[in-house]
Amino acid sequence: MTTGRGQFARWVLGALISAGAASGAALAQEPLKMGALATLEGPFTVLGQDGMRGVEMALKEHDYTAGGKKIELIKGSSNAQPDSAVAATRKLVEQDKVQILIGPLSGSEGIAVKDYAKSHPEVTFLNGSSAAQETTLTDPAPNFYRFSTDGAQWQAGLGSYVANNKKYKRVVTVAEDYSFPYSQVQGFMIEFCKAGGHVVDKNWVPIGNKDFSSIIAKIPDNVDAIYVALGGADAVNFLSQYEQSGGTKPIVGGSITVDQTVMGYKGRKKDYMVGTASAGPIADSWDNAHWKKFVADYKAQFKDGLPSPSLFAHAYYVNTKAALDALDAVKGDLANNQAKLRQTLSSMSVQTPTGPVKVDENRNAVADIFLTEVAKGADGNLFNKVVKVIPAVNQRLGLTKAEFDKMGVGSRTNPECK
Amino acid sequence: MSSVVEMRASAIAEVAALPPAKAGRRFATWLGKPTPGYVVLTILLLLYPWVASPFFTFQIGGQSLALGIIALSLAFLAGYGGMVSLAQMTLAGVAGYMVAILGSSNVAVSLNWPWWVVLPLAIAVATLASVLVGAISVRTEGIYTIMITLAIGVAFYYLTQQNYEVFNGFNGFPRVLPPSVFGLYWRDPLPYYYLALGVAALCFGFVLYVRRSTFGIALQGIRDNPRRMRALGFNVTAHRVAAYAVAGLIASLGGILFTWFNGRISPGSIGIGPLINILVIAVLGGVRHPIGPFIGAVVFVLLQNFAIDLVDRERFNMLIGTIFLAIVLFSPDGLLGLWQRLRTHFSARRL
Repeated sequence: MTTGRGQFARWVLGALISAGAASGAALAQEPLKMGALATLEGPFTVLGQDGMRGVEMALKEHDYTAGGKKIELIKGSSNAQPDSAVAATRKLVEQDKVQILIGPLSGSEGIAVKDYAKSHPEVTFLNGSSAAQETTLTDPAPNFYRFSTDGAQWQAGLGSYVANNKKYKRVVTVAEDYSFPYSQVQGFMIEFCKAGGHVVDKNWVPIGNKDFSSIIAKIPDNVDAIYVALGGADAVNFLSQYEQSGGTKPIVGGSITVDQTVMGYKGRKKDYMVGTASAGPIADSWDNAHWKKFVADYKAQFKDGLPSPSLFAHAYYVNTKAALDALDAVKGDLANNQAKLRQTLSSMSVQTPTGPVKVDENRNAVADIFLTEVAKGADGNLFNKVVKVIPAVNQRLGLTKAEFDKMGVGSRTNPECK
Repeated sequence: MSSVVEMRASAIAEVAALPPAKAGRRFATWLGKPTPGYVVLTILLLLYPWVASPFFTFQIGGQSLALGIIALSLAFLAGYGGMVSLAQMTLAGVAGYMVAILGSSNVAVSLNWPWWVVLPLAIAVATLASVLVGAISVRTEGIYTIMITLAIGVAFYYLTQQNYEVFNGFNGFPRVLPPSVFGLYWRDPLPYYYLALGVAALCFGFVLYVRRSTFGIALQGIRDNPRRMRALGFNVTAHRVAAYAVAGLIASLGGILFTWFNGRISPGSIGIGPLINILVIAVLGGVRHPIGPFIGAVVFVLLQNFAIDLVDRERFNMLIGTIFLAIVLFSPDGLLGLWQRLRTHFSARRL
């Protein structure tokens, strides 16, 4: 028994050390290594897979070459937790030695990866689809770029539209209790409050909440609408329970609230959803040649993909394309901690399916946002009709730096206008 | 079976009756006979970071040690106490949260107390929490223990996720970093590895000591036949609760190390997945000997990092599952049992 213990331990160590040595040796490289990190496990698996499709689309368009070098794609997976995102990033950067990294997918992951990026100035990080405001607003990393927009930007135009055109003046909010919906509510409120609206109450629910009855009971009679920033099953549960309880107030939707699952909703009053306004970084039914080509390419390349590319595929595509275009522009020159590449990224304008995108001084995207409204098609099905394209939305949503800094990033209690 | 129990019981009676001087001599050999294997193991573990890359030192070595310590607390409970608790990651999380709340982080909730106040307090609170878990769950057996400890773990998970005043809800605490002591930043790969190695060695030795102590032998007796031990006059419940206290102490040390490894703690770190991962690690390595959980942790961490390279894309979790299934199927004692079996097999052939 005692000798067995020793021998076993020796075996384990031998294995460990040889593994370490082997990994150190296998580093000879010709092609340029690009890492892609998305949630290929956990609750956002489907979204992560679609994000990866975006990366592959951009790479395929570039024929897996940029700046005269072959691109080798190395995938990493997280489970939507910041810990696992950093662990996967560390593996891609330190073990696989990627020179450019695309990702991650969700907000808290983005903040964690941005913090990690600071300790590796030799690698350039481009965001996947993570949309937390803090990633680029609070203590940004000089080598982290985000060519996609944040959760607050996604709501640009919505607040003033519902206040001015729909004449909603008093709303309550129902949203999930984490950083992304905080950003969404803030993005909505900045314009809504400025246009004279009042948010009389905010309800925060845990992700995966099943029973909304206590919240529905709390909604006062004298509000004009309910602002709902819930995703997937949470949105369906809330809306069906609200309908069953006899609620009739119109809905204003967050960027991931009014999707196909909600519009396919077979409630008694399907027409109830018609006229629901929302805003986001893409709009499925946008009548634009670039967008239509993007959708057609997506469908052609991925037979097992979603019916239409999600905003995750779009965000990963845009960030990957930015990296590849910039690599082409500098002819693959990554010398001096990729200085040339970064200069190009900071100043370039990327042509995306949703219009040109530039980054600001914090390396965050200034891009177009789509204001949509649910409409009934000729076939009787509901779809999101594009009402307006809000051009070049920046991270401060039309506020000056001083005004925005005074407000700070969105939280459960920030901002307020009762 | 009953003869074994009788032997154990008489051994306990003997140990209990030892005069202090004799017990002192026993204490000298509490680690068992020092074998060349231990010496080689120690040297290799000490040399490892000088051979390996920083990635292998920190992410593989450091993480395996931290997770191994947490799994060791479960292996101690399960191997010597016969109690499978799923709440060990929760207790590690209690310690991690205490470090975040009392110490410093990015969040306003943190009190910023100095580390030499925070660490003892965090360990004490987690140990106390473990005693509480023990007090609630020790009167149950088998699957009911698993259920009740799982329920406690999930309850704590939801508490941290929904409480904002103390636990800062879904976002938890980013930037929970170890203090800089002796001019070293303890999250750099080399210092962190040696810190984790030192703590792991302490916990490892402690478990070896406890299992040969009066208490440890009584605990093993209780594992094998609680009714008989009760008849012999042992307080079964008290022994089990005490075992939880020991496990809580070990888990808290692992929890603090793991929190520093991640540099943060949030409800996701102590959700159902991580709770079960600790069980997977312990079962993978084997719970019969305290080296088991560390082996399990190394295998688990290696798989978690490299399975994605072996099996392309999103199927790699299946590989982890399949390996786990194969080990449990072919060796109920985990990798440790597999090794023992191979050894017996070959030494029998040599004869």
